[in-house]
Amino acid sequence: MARHVVATVGEIPPGGKKVVNPAGREICVYNVNGEHYALINRCPHEGAALSYGHVLGCFESKRPGEYQLTRKGEMLRCPWHGWEFDIKTGQSWCHPESVKARTYKVEVVPGELLAKGPFVAETVQVKIDGEYVVVEV
Amino acid sequence: MSTTVQEPAVQTSDEAILGFVDCDVHPYTKTPADLDAFLPERWRKLRHSIGNRSRSSFVGAPNYPRMSPGVGMRMDSWPKDGGHPGSDLAMMREQLLDAFAVSYGMMMPLLGRGGDERNVEFGAALCSAANDWEAQVWCDNEPRLKAAIQITTEYTEAAIKEIEKRAGDRRFTHVMIPPRGLEPLGRRRYWPILEACAANGFPIALHLGGTSGHPSTGGGWPSFYHEEHPSYPQSKEALVTSLVTEGVFEHLPNLRVALVEGGFAWLPSLSWRLDKHYQRLREEVPHLKMLPSEYIRRNIWVTTQPIEEPEHPEDLITTCEWIGWDRIMFSTDYPHWDQDDPRYAFKVKVPEKEKRMLYRENALSFYNLEA
Repeated sequence: MARHVVATVGEIPPGGKKVVNPAGREICVYNVNGEHYALINRCPHEGAALSYGHVLGCFESKRPGEYQLTRKGEMLRCPWHGWEFDIKTGQSWCHPESVKARTYKVEVVPGELLAKGPFVAETVQVKIDGEYVVVEV
Repeated sequence: MSTTVQEPAVQTSDEAILGFVDCDVHPYTKTPADLDAFLPERWRKLRHSIGNRSRSSFVGAPNYPRMSPGVGMRMDSWPKDGGHPGSDLAMMREQLLDAFAVSYGMMMPLLGRGGDERNVEFGAALCSAANDWEAQVWCDNEPRLKAAIQITTEYTEAAIKEIEKRAGDRRFTHVMIPPRGLEPLGRRRYWPILEACAANGFPIALHLGGTSGHPSTGGGWPSFYHEEHPSYPQSKEALVTSLVTEGVFEHLPNLRVALVEGGFAWLPSLSWRLDKHYQRLREEVPHLKMLPSEYIRRNIWVTTQPIEEPEHPEDLITTCEWIGWDRIMFSTDYPHWDQDDPRYAFKVKVPEKEKRMLYRENALSFYNLEA
């Protein structure tokens, strides 16, 4: 396991995403309402690149005829078959117990700490006064 | 269930997939106007002044909304420099043909809507134009792609003329007929068309679609796309039943029919039911000399997509055994949203010999393709 600097804070706006490739592993980093999350860029169903999918809310219903849009910006829909995943946990909406898109630990680290290491600074140039998104792979 | 699946669970090895025959590939024009160049002036003018008049509820939109833009395209298939998914050969090569060293891609174009057109002369012209477009734009640039002969079944003479016109042209390998027609395909008035297919050695690909004006299910119009999608197999059940009970396969024992984009797990239960009825109702259909299931076993092939995903994946192996491994052909449905990836479609390991059959050998033989 190593910690990889993959973006600057602010580079991925809320609702946005960035595909990164630390240690040869394609990962998509999402900004959900100001918090960063990382999922493997590969659907556990048939392998589609999840980064092409829309980030959406969740439609829920207590009974026929009643609909509610909840958890805006927290759900991801696969670009192929539309499977829905919780970006925060990787859990599939239809099979939360058994199907999960792999998640990675993400943290925001100030540049001054990064200077001390041990971090792999991928394509992001680290400056002491910045804040950085770090993924553990 | 306790196992957490983070990766597609079963991966069919590259070795088995490389060189597969894809029995359902959708080419598109970049814009609808691209078809104009292939239409005679009269019809080009009509296309722009009057436009299409199909039996569907809407012009230019499907009856049910899809899950993604472009009438349901996989979202990573939009060319970066514009145009419709499936319209860019380089991208189709990158995502499908070269990615899996596909031997052949059997094209099932869904454009022009000639088969649905109420003005049957216009419909026949649209079909013919779309056939020229397939041959010139696709086959001539990528010989692995094989063209469908599109026809309108509501204009018998034109349909036969179109089939005969393409006979002997190796770019064309199959006649494509949408299952939702005005009447079930086994009806006598369609026999001359079916005879022309058999006489010219063309198998028929029944690819889902068509607008009959009838409700898409036997129980009336659905409310949701979630209801509409399972009605595709229903239309194929109706057609298999019609072709068998009308005696088409008794009349044309060499006619080969592929059911494209309707899944396949339902076929054994239909066969059982038809056989059961035959024992009771044989007097009504004395022209049948074999059990319905025997005609199905001899004359019907299935393609896999959208593949069934049973709770116990191994049940799919049993289902394939019931149908016959020699009758099952792999299809992706690229670039549609519900397409299947050849590596992950089967959630269970398919035995080696059967894998070779379903990914490659069956289709080579069904479509008369060179190995």
